Amino acid sequence: MRTVQEHPPSASAPPGARAAGASGGSAQANGRIVLDDAAIRRALVRIAHEIVERNEQADRLYLVAIPNGGVPLARQLAENLKSIAGVELPVGVLDTTLYRDDLTRRGERPPLRKTEMPSAVDEKIVILVDDVANTGRTIRAAMDALMDFGRPRGVQVVALVDRGHRELPIRIDFVGKNIPTSQAERVVLQGRDGGLEPPLEVRVEGAAGGRGES
Amino acid sequence: MIGRDLLGIEDLDRHDIERILETAVHMQEVGLREVKRVPTLRGRTIINLFFESSTRTRTSFEIAGKRLSADVINFSAESSSLSKSESILDTARTLDAMAPDAVVVRHKVSGVPKRIADVLECPVINAGDGAHEHPTQALLDLLTVLEEKKRIDGLTVAIVGDILHSRVARSNIYGFTKLGAEVRVCGPPTLLPPGVETLGVKAYTSLREAIDGVDVVMALRIQTERLSGAYVPSVREYSASWGIDRAKLRFAKEDAIVMHPGPINRGVEISHDLADRRPSVILDQVRNGVALRMAVLYLLTGRPHHPKEAA
Repeated sequence: MRTVQEHPPSASAPPGARAAGASGGSAQANGRIVLDDAAIRRALVRIAHEIVERNEQADRLYLVAIPNGGVPLARQLAENLKSIAGVELPVGVLDTTLYRDDLTRRGERPPLRKTEMPSAVDEKIVILVDDVANTGRTIRAAMDALMDFGRPRGVQVVALVDRGHRELPIRIDFVGKNIPTSQAERVVLQGRDGGLEPPLEVRVEGAAGGRGES
Repeated sequence: MIGRDLLGIEDLDRHDIERILETAVHMQEVGLREVKRVPTLRGRTIINLFFESSTRTRTSFEIAGKRLSADVINFSAESSSLSKSESILDTARTLDAMAPDAVVVRHKVSGVPKRIADVLECPVINAGDGAHEHPTQALLDLLTVLEEKKRIDGLTVAIVGDILHSRVARSNIYGFTKLGAEVRVCGPPTLLPPGVETLGVKAYTSLREAIDGVDVVMALRIQTERLSGAYVPSVREYSASWGIDRAKLRFAKEDAIVMHPGPINRGVEISHDLADRRPSVILDQVRNGVALRMAVLYLLTGRPHHPKEAA
């Protein structure tokens, strides 16, 4: 399975589009690669340094991945932070689906994903990790979900890719790469076998149906 | 694809059942949080319409709805104008005019939830109708077995007791066979429905034969009025022949689990010492009931409402 970060309620994508895209494993050859595995690794090393630079108390950090794409990135960040700052950080996974702001609309329900928070978030500085930031709505949902787990001292956001079509006043603190795209395009993080095992790459896929013309 | 209503497991295919169970697995996590509430059904209204008393199932649906932030209204026959001889369908139409987002129905007569679904715009969930079906019970039983055994396919399940009158048995027969388990039913000959084999199960009157090598033993509640006379000579005889205790359980697999939909007649369907402890998973069933009903409410309230034909 790969993740398609066409964030929920943007006008161009009905809720079903995300699920449809997520199962379309056959369109592998589509799109252009905007970040390859080496570039992703370099970006995560740089971001780890930036996180340490900005947060003096690195042992207060708590990495929280937004599934599915955020999970391998948060794990890699945890490894990088361990070698840079010598800290073993908790890595949580937080599904935002039940907090989405488009669930009041009727339509096929999006599938839920795993939530796994290994320890309390109280007084921690939570670093939310997502693969692709766009409208900001997923981050909004993630912050609401996070508050149900306690009262973090602060929340900062990492996105490997920022598409920039923000619809809410949400700031991404640490960006791997800004990639201007049209709303109709899709940005996909995936591994070679279509899953999320490294080597990973980020592709931009063409509009509607992704049949190759972009 | 899951339909608008959940009236019985008979209507579902394997994919539907698996989707509900998968959703329920994630809902279980919400119940472990300190704040056991997600905003998913904010502003939605769920009506529990119970014509037959049931504290357990009603409470389970109520907690499930509330954990999803829905407003849950309990409408029971005692407190309603049903005693003033308003017809069931009139009641249903009246409730429908209040625009609920889902109605949960229990009635002692088979088919009433379907009749109500035919006149309502919103999804209807059957919480037990007569001897017909009790789909959420079967789904929570499947969830519990899945949690214990990590699979359903290839397991052998013995359902023991009053098969004839049991909606729980029917729903579980459909559910377990659709997911690839072998189902055996067992009970006094008077309480085995004739032709039950047509549902794809094997019927036994000997408990020992029925539970030989099974992975799951599911005891059913027996109505005490059926334990004297017409169906079974006496409580003692029923308990001696079909009550589950540790001695009889030796014939099942070593890691077999014991289930019961509740409420238990202690010492009748299940021995006292077995009721409260492993390998019985009765309280897990109750706990899973909330997560399972959250999953059903989540999945069904997303479906578009379509006007239905007048019945």
